[in-house]
Amino acid sequence: MSRVLAWIDRRFPLSRLIRESMTEYYAPKNFNFWYFFGSLALLVFAMQVITGIFLLAHYQPSASKAFDSIQTIMYDVKWGWLIRYLHTTGASFFFIVIYLHMLRGYLYGSYRKPRELLWIVGFVIYVCLMAEAYFGYVLPFGNMSYWGGEVITSIVGAIPYAGSWLASLARGGFGIGTATLNRFMAFHAVLVPALLGLLVVAHVLALHETGSNNPDGIEIREHLGPDGKPLDGIPFHPYYTVKDIMGVGVFLIALSLVVFYAPTVHGLFIETYNYIPANPLQTPPDVTPAWYLAPYYAMLRAIPDKKLGILVLFLAIAAPFFLPWLDRNPRAKSIRYRPVYLAMVVVLVACLLVLGWIGMQPASPALLPPARIGLALYFLFFASLPFVSRIEPTRPVPDRLRM
Amino acid sequence: MVGALGCAGLAVPFVKSLEPDASVAAAATTVADLTGIAPGMQMTLSWQDKPVIIVHRTPEMIASLKEVEPQLADPNCTVPQQPPYAKNIYRSIKPEWLVMVRVCTHLCCIPLFKPAPGSVEPGWDGGFHCPCHGSLYDLSGRVYKNVPAPRNMAIPEYRFVDGGKKVEITAMYPEAKLC
Ligand code: HEM
Ligand code: FES
Repeated sequence: MSRVLAWIDRRFPLSRLIRESMTEYYAPKNFNFWYFFGSLALLVFAMQVITGIFLLAHYQPSASKAFDSIQTIMYDVKWGWLIRYLHTTGASFFFIVIYLHMLRGYLYGSYRKPRELLWIVGFVIYVCLMAEAYFGYVLPFGNMSYWGGEVITSIVGAIPYAGSWLASLARGGFGIGTATLNRFMAFHAVLVPALLGLLVVAHVLALHETGSNNPDGIEIREHLGPDGKPLDGIPFHPYYTVKDIMGVGVFLIALSLVVFYAPTVHGLFIETYNYIPANPLQTPPDVTPAWYLAPYYAMLRAIPDKKLGILVLFLAIAAPFFLPWLDRNPRAKSIRYRPVYLAMVVVLVACLLVLGWIGMQPASPALLPPARIGLALYFLFFASLPFVSRIEPTRPVPDRLRM
Repeated sequence: MVGALGCAGLAVPFVKSLEPDASVAAAATTVADLTGIAPGMQMTLSWQDKPVIIVHRTPEMIASLKEVEPQLADPNCTVPQQPPYAKNIYRSIKPEWLVMVRVCTHLCCIPLFKPAPGSVEPGWDGGFHCPCHGSLYDLSGRVYKNVPAPRNMAIPEYRFVDGGKKVEITAMYPEAKLC
């Protein structure tokens, strides 16, 4: 065994990789609940790729066959239902995991110097993930697929000058049809996953360059022991591999409960109108997006102007990109020492939850005022952060981790 | 430098290959029979892959067109979303017949036909309600103020044939924008 390893190590840095990224990667000793979600995101990504490959074995990307091929997978392919439900549930769980993972970044100021690039790579991953989910949503060609496809490509069509050309590039015709499904499948199954894979590698490389942040928001690398190792660090393996495996266990239980007992979650994970085949002559009576895009959708609906609405949609998605430069507190990163910032994050999350709920209700004039308030508060968070963070009360930050 | 130019040049055929192919349908006309549409009812047919709605408006519906005007963004149809012969509050050749491309000018959904007063919100006079982002239109497809949709819905070129019993939809009005 050791001879084999030595043979490999002469030719490929296997042991070194394991050492640098596992057994001698020193992570802060105070990781908590919020640090489960990075490794869980890796797990879901792998699960989506594997279930996706098996779905592709039966899926037919054409306007006349796509919907039926999904029914075939559900009823005629042995275990097809399991594979499809794992893939659809995995998509929603991916967003749950990623949203919690991103929220952790907000809570502990993990986007701050020196982790700006780590955060930005993560942000690009999030944008790719939204694209991935959108392309996948269109593929089964139910009626929500069709109209979701129509609305989003029309948003592309509203871009000044190049818009209508870009929209017809995306659709491959003047409407959503076979040509659209073929290219969306190429994007969903090849292009975006490949990009995601590269980005995840860059993400982990950046993480290991800067080292993890932690719930105290203190740099452990500023206090090294005589052996040159961080005093407040513990080796990732075995300490955090064990922790993460326990996270995986809980995660798999939650996933199984949904897959086996409530795979559509009453229209939340698989929308009810998507059980009706695509119909270009009938928009479903209430068009709502998947839950994970619902806050943005509520924002789009809240603006009574086409161009401005689309601009607000793009700004809302782009805002977190700038977080590393908006937050300017010179003394502390983590909410543990920043009560005002904590309150702002709580309001932000509450806004997104309310907007998400509104986005999933049928369009109605009565919901416009709360949607507009939520929208205003969402942008207020980012607009006020540069000022608030400079003058907010900050509790004394200890030198070393508190546990 | 030369390599970069070469790569950029090579990208052209790849991007072009994604454009719609030659089989994309040519324009065609269609004829619809009006005799089966009772007053107050509508029929929606597919024309050039787009839904076209024909509404047989009742006298009350026609009267509502004047009442809603203060709530509309472009009540006098100054934006050329209709052929000149339909530039009136009915947006049609004959007040009782509305012939319209039933595509929301916001992001292309098909608005729901909501003729019953009060059916969308209190004080609603009847019209169209888009289920996607909530845009509102009156019974001649004129858009309300303060909704996401920017324009009135498009009226195609059409004419009555067969002594008024049928309508022939001949072409998209070139200046009208769908979505
Ligand atoms: C495919 C999606 C993703 C994967 C597989 C992934 C993976 C990981 C892993 C394994 C870690 C270390 C473990 C942990 O801190 O939980 C991590 C840390 C981090 N990730 Fe991600 N991530 C993804 C998406 C994102 C996104 C969308 C963002 C933000 C926009 C983001 C921002 C961060 C930050 C700031 C850290 C460092 C956190 C800290 O040290 O406190 N990641 N990521
Ligand atoms: S598509 Fe009709 S309101 Fe957006």
